[in-house]
Amino acid sequence: MFSSAAKQEIEDIRTKYPNARAALLPTIYVAQREFGWLSSEAYDAVADLLNVPKATVRGVATFYAMYKQKPMGRHLIQLCTNVSCMILGAERLVDFLKITYGVEPGGVSPDGRFSLVIMECIGACGTAPAMLVNDDFHDNLTEKKLQEILEKYT
Amino acid sequence: METILLKNIQNPNSADIAEYKKAGGYASIRKALGMEPQQVIDEVKKAGLRGRGGAGFPVAMKWTFASADPKFPKYLLCNADEGEPGTFKDRPILEKNPHLLIEGMIISGHALKAEYGYIYLRGEYPAAKHILNAAIQQAYDTNLLGENILGKGITFHLAVHQGAGAYICGEETALIESLEGDKGQPRIKPPFPVNVGVFSKPTVVNNVETLSNLPYIIEVGGETYAKIGTPDCPGPKIFCISGHVEKPGIYELPMGTKLRDIIYTHCGGIKGGKKLKAVIPGGISTPVLPPDKIDCPMDFVNMPKHGSMLGSGAVIVMDESVCLVKVCHRALKFFEHESCGKCTPCREGTGWLRAILGRIENGEGMEGDIDTMLAVSANMLGKTFCPLGDGAASVVQNFIKHFRPEFEEHIRAKKCVVNG
Ligand SMILES: Cc1cc2nc3c(=O)[nH]c(=O)nc-3n(C[C@H](O)[C@H](O)[C@H](O)COP(=O)(O)O)c2cc1C
Ligand code: SF4
Ligand code: FES
Repeated sequence: MFSSAAKQEIEDIRTKYPNARAALLPTIYVAQREFGWLSSEAYDAVADLLNVPKATVRGVATFYAMYKQKPMGRHLIQLCTNVSCMILGAERLVDFLKITYGVEPGGVSPDGRFSLVIMECIGACGTAPAMLVNDDFHDNLTEKKLQEILEKYT
Repeated sequence: METILLKNIQNPNSADIAEYKKAGGYASIRKALGMEPQQVIDEVKKAGLRGRGGAGFPVAMKWTFASADPKFPKYLLCNADEGEPGTFKDRPILEKNPHLLIEGMIISGHALKAEYGYIYLRGEYPAAKHILNAAIQQAYDTNLLGENILGKGITFHLAVHQGAGAYICGEETALIESLEGDKGQPRIKPPFPVNVGVFSKPTVVNNVETLSNLPYIIEVGGETYAKIGTPDCPGPKIFCISGHVEKPGIYELPMGTKLRDIIYTHCGGIKGGKKLKAVIPGGISTPVLPPDKIDCPMDFVNMPKHGSMLGSGAVIVMDESVCLVKVCHRALKFFEHESCGKCTPCREGTGWLRAILGRIENGEGMEGDIDTMLAVSANMLGKTFCPLGDGAASVVQNFIKHFRPEFEEHIRAKKCVVNG
């Protein structure tokens, strides 16, 4: 079940579209935020509220890389390794995250602090390598800078 | 050159409506709303504006088709999915100059008699979402959006729709599916979106940068605008340069600026004085070029004559330290990951190509692998449902065409011959 605040938020989103189905993607975002990830309970809540079959909701959600199908760490690191970032050292950063925080691509660090997702270009190629931590961009990364930034996310 | 699209972005408050107006913003809207819709389309035609999303399709032509369709309401969709790797040209408009885009959309909406607009924004741009929403609210508050805009009896509603991490949603029919609340898989054409688009209504999809040209076109008129750039492809263009140059970043330059000048004059040449090895001129889907092929004018008409494409204007510069087998492998990983799975040649072909490139890179390549890749790509080209699959195939073909010896050496030496 959604909280009443979330229900109101979805109701507001709904008014931007001519039908309920079009509100599905934004509603899944709200569910992900409210439930932490897309658990079976989260899918039920979306399906009930928009009156769309649960199988359809799941089918749509699993198509998109940014909808989370399993529990996440407290902070989400989205690190780009596409070509512009790769040629400027992004792979070393992936290794560094593994050694320093024990987090591998697609996984969560043992202490539950970080999740790591490898991204396909986040539009920061001119200041590569780059990542998003939660909603914040960080670029021109080196191992040292990466560590300094991550120390702020406890 | 005086900037048009990136005007005022050094101003830290450039996203605020007051600052935008102070810099002359929202002056074109009054002029455009005083014109007949057809007059606006005529100006765009005189301007010779081509879409900046990658294909370079003439904007006035697309608009004419949509306008001729008798069905209402009509929709105007702004493609802000910016997913082509190497591309970061729309982001500065979205984050720093959102009102330029909004003004462009109101003008376009008027030309098309569209009442509803959506900005399809990629999920990877969370900051842009807040900035756009705030800017849209300011425009509603000042009667620039909504009903009876500026008392001219025109209605235009605008909202942001956030994507969720799928490159294919940049393809316009996949974008429409995604906006309707479905998986982003392309639709068969025809019918074209201009007749049967989102919610089955006539729909125009244009790129962020395309729509952001509109205020200037209306301000100075199509003919004056067309003096910028090349005759077949006028206007300013935002180039985004990444990789091994001294000064990577965004540069607004006339269409048709030579690739060599972009790299050596504007971006200060190759970083650390190293040797240039290869350039991808228009985003990862466009054919790679060797150093002796960079004297090409960067526009939609000339680039194909020089063996590549303008694409999104995303220039990726690689110096001699880069292993091109590795780059090609990374590119194919991307295409395999982003293939929507709808058609077999792309779904299977991208996986096969990625696997073969991976084993060559890992020193396990086999005699005949290069020919196998050429056979696989030939079987994809022209047989996929949408251009993503074609792009993947042509990436491999062009890397082999220009850099075959490097692939052969990897196979022979059974290891990476560039980085050991
Ligand atoms: C696989 C694929 C991805 C695309 N990605 C984008 C994109 O991120 N942004 C964009 O504006 N156009 C993209 N396009 C082009 C759109 O389909 C469409 O042509 C464009 O949005 C039309 O706008 P324009 O005429 O203003 O360029 C993509 C096309 C394909 C085939
Ligand atoms: S070419 Fe690829 S992305 Fe395009 S429809 Fe086919 S499988 Fe989907
Ligand atoms: S390639 Fe990494 S941000 Fe674009």
